[in-house]
Amino acid sequence: MTLQSEKTYYFEDYTPGREFRLGPCTFSRDDVIAFASEFDPQPMHLDDEAGKASILGGLAASGWHVSAMMMRMMADSYILDSAALGAPGVDHVRWKKPVLAGDVITGVSRVQSSRPLKSKPGIGLVELVHELYNQRGDLVCESMAPLFLRMRKGEQDR
Amino acid sequence: MSGLDTITIGERFDYGTHDFTAEEIVRFARKFDPQPFHLDPVAARDSLFGALCASGWHTAAVWMQKHVAHRKAWFDSLREGGHPVPQFGPALGITDLKWPKPVFADDTVHYFHEFTGKRERRDNREWGIVETVSEGYNQHGNLVISFNNAALLKL
Repeated sequence: MTLQSEKTYYFEDYTPGREFRLGPCTFSRDDVIAFASEFDPQPMHLDDEAGKASILGGLAASGWHVSAMMMRMMADSYILDSAALGAPGVDHVRWKKPVLAGDVITGVSRVQSSRPLKSKPGIGLVELVHELYNQRGDLVCESMAPLFLRMRKGEQDR
Repeated sequence: MSGLDTITIGERFDYGTHDFTAEEIVRFARKFDPQPFHLDPVAARDSLFGALCASGWHTAAVWMQKHVAHRKAWFDSLREGGHPVPQFGPALGITDLKWPKPVFADDTVHYFHEFTGKRERRDNREWGIVETVSEGYNQHGNLVISFNNAALLKL
């Protein structure tokens, strides 16, 4: 079996209350339009004027774009540096306010709870709460999701 | 007539299929989810998934692509038939998003969307709420994605 490269964070490091900073990440006009063109081609995600005329108030990122970038910010902040094994799903995502083209998003992931898996020795499940804020301090997206992680001692057993 | 009358509970829409190529799985992952099992077939072999597989957010984003295309075709056909067209508001979020099985390179996912509930709101006479369930199945008939959504609908 291949030896996994050393990571900074294992299951044991995800203690309840621990926080990881997310971002900053700028949603450029080009990125907003590129994502929407492929996955969510609605006028308010593609065109300045249509965005302004919509309830969103401006050219706005698709909610799925915001979610995908949240994943990217999590990856860059801690997941790529963790013995992370993927996620079975997401409890919820709430798109609280539009993310407009040019917005700079920062956020935080907070460990809510953690437990070892009885069915898979050496692996644990962590629940994380994620919050994203724009440059004005408004909460734009809130989510809760589990994450599978390998344990330190599980690593030694391999 | 209320906008809610345009919605039939239990109506299930077939959104058609999408083929997930290795190239697009890697392209999405590089931008949004650069974990080894979404980027590299060799690294993926040693992961829990066992082979290169799509980011769950990729599987979800393709659902949205199918959703927009279907909504356009559905509204066009309602207009042609002289029927009222429902006016949906922006999505507020999703709950209970599940990825029960990975979507591997060269898998074909068949997407569906179903209306499961509708109601007026006491505090708002302009917008009601429509509840939906969305699903995707692979070519073996296994569920690979599901989630619930509550959308606003103009009354």
